[in-house]
Amino acid sequence: MTDFGEVLTRVHREEWARVVATLARRFGDLDVAEEMAAEAFATAVQRWPLDGVPPSPRAWLITTANRKGIDRLRREVKREDKHKEALMLADTPEPVGAIDDDRLRLVFTCCHPALAMEVRVALTLRMVGGLTVAEIARAFLVQETAMSRRITRAKEKIRAARIPYRVPSHEDLPARVTGVLAVLYLIFNEGYLASDPGKEAVRADLTAEAIRLTRLVGDLLPGDGEVAGLLALMLLTEARRPARVSAGGELVSLGEQDRGVWDRDLIAEGHALVRARLAAGQAPGRYQILAAINAVHTDARDIRDTDWSQVVALYDQLVGLDPSPIVWLNRAIALAELDGPQVALAQVDPLPLDGYHAFHATRADLLRRLGRSQEARAAYDRAIALASNSAETAYLTRRRDQLPAPDFP
Amino acid sequence: MAQQYLISVLNDSTDSDDGNEMAAIGEFNAKLKAEGHWVFANGLTAPSTATVIDGRHGEPVFTDGPFLESKEYVIGLWIIEAEDLDVALRLAAQGSKACNRRLELRPFHGA
Repeated sequence: MTDFGEVLTRVHREEWARVVATLARRFGDLDVAEEMAAEAFATAVQRWPLDGVPPSPRAWLITTANRKGIDRLRREVKREDKHKEALMLADTPEPVGAIDDDRLRLVFTCCHPALAMEVRVALTLRMVGGLTVAEIARAFLVQETAMSRRITRAKEKIRAARIPYRVPSHEDLPARVTGVLAVLYLIFNEGYLASDPGKEAVRADLTAEAIRLTRLVGDLLPGDGEVAGLLALMLLTEARRPARVSAGGELVSLGEQDRGVWDRDLIAEGHALVRARLAAGQAPGRYQILAAINAVHTDARDIRDTDWSQVVALYDQLVGLDPSPIVWLNRAIALAELDGPQVALAQVDPLPLDGYHAFHATRADLLRRLGRSQEARAAYDRAIALASNSAETAYLTRRRDQLPAPDFP
Repeated sequence: MAQQYLISVLNDSTDSDDGNEMAAIGEFNAKLKAEGHWVFANGLTAPSTATVIDGRHGEPVFTDGPFLESKEYVIGLWIIEAEDLDVALRLAAQGSKACNRRLELRPFHGA
């Protein structure tokens, strides 16, 4: 007997974005597209166990959703002209390749720069990812009603301001792709190191979703080196997830991780992507450089085997693209392994990052290695006060408490 | 079926004219007209010249001054037509550069 639950979950994961994207183009309205797609899937839940899974689930879902959309428009006679137009367009046969283009349109619409970042994230997860509003609300620890309002308002703005449903023009494309990647990376990071102390430290559902969406965007924009770079970066980061949090719920630093439990398949795929980008011979963007740095780390069997000069060289390249204090901070962390904590500390100290927990955590670690325990303790205190992730706080607290006790007179 | 947008020109107290705005605005307006985006544009006089009118309850009440006292206020506006927000945003970015001010872009109800 077929396990319909499993089939439906798989079809939902694979086809949701296609169904929404196709309907959005036909009806010229994201709201209608989302609702009709949801109804079509609900109908599938009822019908498929009785009628069997149709030979082409995708075609069945699109046809069903389309019919529901037309029914709805017929009921709402007092609608705008463009919907009547959509009705007439509805039976036009699909041009070859149109569906993939539709999904790409959907991605660019959801990640439009006229929408606030948090709105882009929510819309992308709902429209492209197919997560329910409840799931998105839970992931970002927002009330479901608030998340629902956020998504509704976004759809209203898309309609009223006419955010276009198309792939951006040639001149806008690079900036818009960068915008899409920022949304995907934010989703990944929220999963990888949840910002809220009440949440699990690592949320595999969000990292998996971010990787899935990045794969999709990679399939849709095969020539884009930065998309490939971001995917590689995510894979090489995700590969270390099993070693990243201890059984006791504490963050494990790169040097202390059990490299035996790293996911070799993800690492192999990530390395292949990085090699392909190197072979392409184009100047790499920031995600490609970050992926290359992670490739160096995941190449080493032991922290002591890490090619730190290569890591520092890659950070030099990144500083050239993005000379922000956070990049300098990360470069200094690598530099400490090459030239020692004293040299690194001199570079870290002047950085204007007083409100950033990683700045204080880095200082604390460098000061500890220099035997300056009292200053290290103060830096750990600052880092703990600013860190919001529970596993990170646990790690920093243990490190602080392991410092030699201060000498009391 | 072009969409109409209101572009409000915002005056920050920190703005300082560099003397080239009028020429740049003129050039930008000519471009709007040539490309079929132009509906209307003009500058506004100072907020202190405004009058608030309330005619809802019998005899109208006239109040001297703007309805909102604020450091930031609208000093001019464009109404443009564009196919979609991407086109409108590109035009507004050029307009912002021309008049050397921040702008707010807001769609009118459907065309």
